[in-house]
Amino acid sequence: MIIESASLQEPNLKGNIPDGLTPDLLRYWEVLDQVPDPEIPVISVVDLGIVTRVTVADNGAVQVILTPTFAGCPALKWMEKTVREALLEAGAPEVDVQTTFENPWTSERISEAGREKIRNFGLAPPPRRRPGCVGPDLEALAHAVCPRCGSENTSMKSPFGPTLCRSLHYCFDCLEAFEQFKPL
Amino acid sequence: MMTNSNDFPTGPLARYLLQIADDQLIMGHRNSEWTGLGPILEEDIAFSSVAQDQVGHALAFYEFLQKECGADDPDQTAFNRPENRMLCNGLVEQPIGDYAFSLARHWCYDHAIRLRYESLSGIPNPVLQSLAVKLQGEVKYHTFHADTWMKSLLQGSEESRLRMISAIKEVWPLALGMFESWVGEDDLLNEMGPNGHPWYPGEAALRLQWQEHALQSLQGWGVDVDQGALSKLEPVLGGRQGFHTEHLAPLLDEMTAVFRLDPQAEW
Repeated sequence: MIIESASLQEPNLKGNIPDGLTPDLLRYWEVLDQVPDPEIPVISVVDLGIVTRVTVADNGAVQVILTPTFAGCPALKWMEKTVREALLEAGAPEVDVQTTFENPWTSERISEAGREKIRNFGLAPPPRRRPGCVGPDLEALAHAVCPRCGSENTSMKSPFGPTLCRSLHYCFDCLEAFEQFKPL
Repeated sequence: MMTNSNDFPTGPLARYLLQIADDQLIMGHRNSEWTGLGPILEEDIAFSSVAQDQVGHALAFYEFLQKECGADDPDQTAFNRPENRMLCNGLVEQPIGDYAFSLARHWCYDHAIRLRYESLSGIPNPVLQSLAVKLQGEVKYHTFHADTWMKSLLQGSEESRLRMISAIKEVWPLALGMFESWVGEDDLLNEMGPNGHPWYPGEAALRLQWQEHALQSLQGWGVDVDQGALSKLEPVLGGRQGFHTEHLAPLLDEMTAVFRLDPQAEW
């Protein structure tokens, strides 16, 4: 029987830890909030929005549901492993980590805190989706905001970058190339 | 003892998904052959990224087939079937050729996949529905990339235009083969989506949608399409029945070489 469960519905401004958690669940979410994304290690898997549900059963067993950013993300198995290890180390007696597409990831799931960390890391955070736009807003990518100088006088060099979740851009004001965390 | 994953998962939906997954796996493998060889660094990365997405999409469908349709585990399904049990189409099997050929194929193929995912996002099954919506977002990058380069090269120099047109002619009969009719197709045609309409239009209807969009794009890019000549081209068929072009067997040999060293290994 499940006694406690919490899902991430809408990312909130502070971070992606849901409100009104029981002490047990809050502790586990805080532990997960320390597990870094392997490709952008300044942001946690919670801020990134890939933790969609945490459940504690009455025997204390913890189940975590993850959802991948991109279906072909090669870091997924590594994240499942680090999430499991972090929770075991935090005292969870048993941990089950599942990956599903049931609550699929979009870049709208990244928290405000996470977006700030992405910017400080030197990557442009994904543009917010305009109302009525279905799927990733690729037109916004043509004028990505330079994470160094804030200029919109930029152009996209390629929709594919060094990892699946980044595109390549050039800023005409800094005269420097930069990367954008892709909207999805 | 090593056994082949010989049995298809049963039912028309499972077969349809297996066709999509096999197309994505083989297309992804072919596109990955551009890694290190792209004409410019950005295109090397682009084809490698598209390949990575496609193998990821294949995996998502193989996992669904395992969980919901009784198929073998994804590694066995992907790497342990003989050629005549693979259901991919002839287009994806072709070697990468030159960049013009690979680009024309990428453009034809990803627009077809876009149409399949759009249709699949109307399916009553909620897991597949949300998967299709998710994967559609990724494919939007693929079609955007393909369209950008098709347009640039068709409107570029005389040489780039002629080379693209010749590649499109070469790809076309293979592309039509993506829409080969298959056993069980009629059963899916009558399955209603949550909105009370059939979610799967069938291969002939998908082909028409695809062709109309492709011809419109080409005309928009200034290509004078001879529709009469195109309609005389015979589609390359057989893949959906397990009959493949001569290029699949060597590809499977290479793709499964490491897997076959120890088919039960934990990765």
